[in-house]
Amino acid sequence: MKAIAFIVTLLLGALLIAATADLPDWGDPRSPASLHVSDYYIKNSMEQTSVPNFVTSVLADYRGYDTMFETTVIFCAGLTVLAILRRSHRREKKKVSPRPNTEDKDLILQSAARMIVPMMQLFALYVVAHGHHSPGGGFQGGVILGASFILLAVAYDLKMVLARLKEKTVLLLSGVGVLIYSGIGFICLLLGSNFLDYSAWAKIMPFGPIEARSHGMLGVEVGVAITVLCIMFSLYVDLASGGEMDEGL
Amino acid sequence: MEEFLHSIVSKYNYWTYIVLLLIGLYAMIAKNNLVKKIVGMSIFQSAIILFYVSIGLKKGAAIPIMEHGAHGQGHQAIEVAAYANPLPHVLMLTAIVVGVSTLGVALALVQKIFRVYGTIEEDEIMEKIGQ
Repeated sequence: MKAIAFIVTLLLGALLIAATADLPDWGDPRSPASLHVSDYYIKNSMEQTSVPNFVTSVLADYRGYDTMFETTVIFCAGLTVLAILRRSHRREKKKVSPRPNTEDKDLILQSAARMIVPMMQLFALYVVAHGHHSPGGGFQGGVILGASFILLAVAYDLKMVLARLKEKTVLLLSGVGVLIYSGIGFICLLLGSNFLDYSAWAKIMPFGPIEARSHGMLGVEVGVAITVLCIMFSLYVDLASGGEMDEGL
Repeated sequence: MEEFLHSIVSKYNYWTYIVLLLIGLYAMIAKNNLVKKIVGMSIFQSAIILFYVSIGLKKGAAIPIMEHGAHGQGHQAIEVAAYANPLPHVLMLTAIVVGVSTLGVALALVQKIFRVYGTIEEDEIMEKIGQ
């Protein structure tokens, strides 16, 4: 079996390396990928959306429909993990846990976590809110926020974090994130424009249609960040506790 | 000879990704442990993400964020070659986060398999299914 696998991978490797002869040189500004639609984004992003970060404008506006469903995929993945692993210990009798005792406290780890976590959360909010002008956005900020809660759960224990951030709240918020995204799109529809065409917001808000796109993107990014935060945390909690939500690693 | 050297210098990034991809693929096919298979899947995924990001690179270009003054002012003609291609970055940005979520699903499935069969070695699971 291993020999066959080795031969197959080697053959595939030879095939792929032969195929690289047709690919453009590394860093070639005239490679086919950089010639068609990306030109349009670079030239028009500032004028059409007043967002200088092209990645954000493409992510949340030009390809907003795509990103909405990416967020939905993350939401569904979180629900799937929950459906696979979650079990309440009401039905089963509590077994003696093989995990090490979590009673002992690690002073250095906990003090460091206590100092780092607020900084992380502040930085994450900056990453979300400033994603239009500097590298960042909803996905990145959401992951950092989720990591801050995971750090707390690692440094203290799962119960302490779950007492502050309840499982129900997490699940509710992850749905709310998707709802914010699609809701912003749907209101554009009600205002007589296309789905996710944020310029329609100018009709009910005190700014022009181009600024409306920028602000619409910010709203959408906030929705993405909330969903990503909740799903990352819920993935960790489910996987670390084996779905029992009692104690983690 | 010079042409050959040129082809190496201009294409070696792809070769790196191909090697990474093959490591991942081999792990997915040959390894017996399900967690190792998942590690292989992650390596495979990273190879593809790196491949896409390298497509977005342009020699001498800056990150795809425009220099700008106060809102709307100080606008000059935009030179496309001065900014990296944003499209692969966008696609991979979402792919990374979605990849982490699907990794979570895979790990959850492995945990469930362990709960039911008491092992995560593929051949032992097959034996238990055959019984």
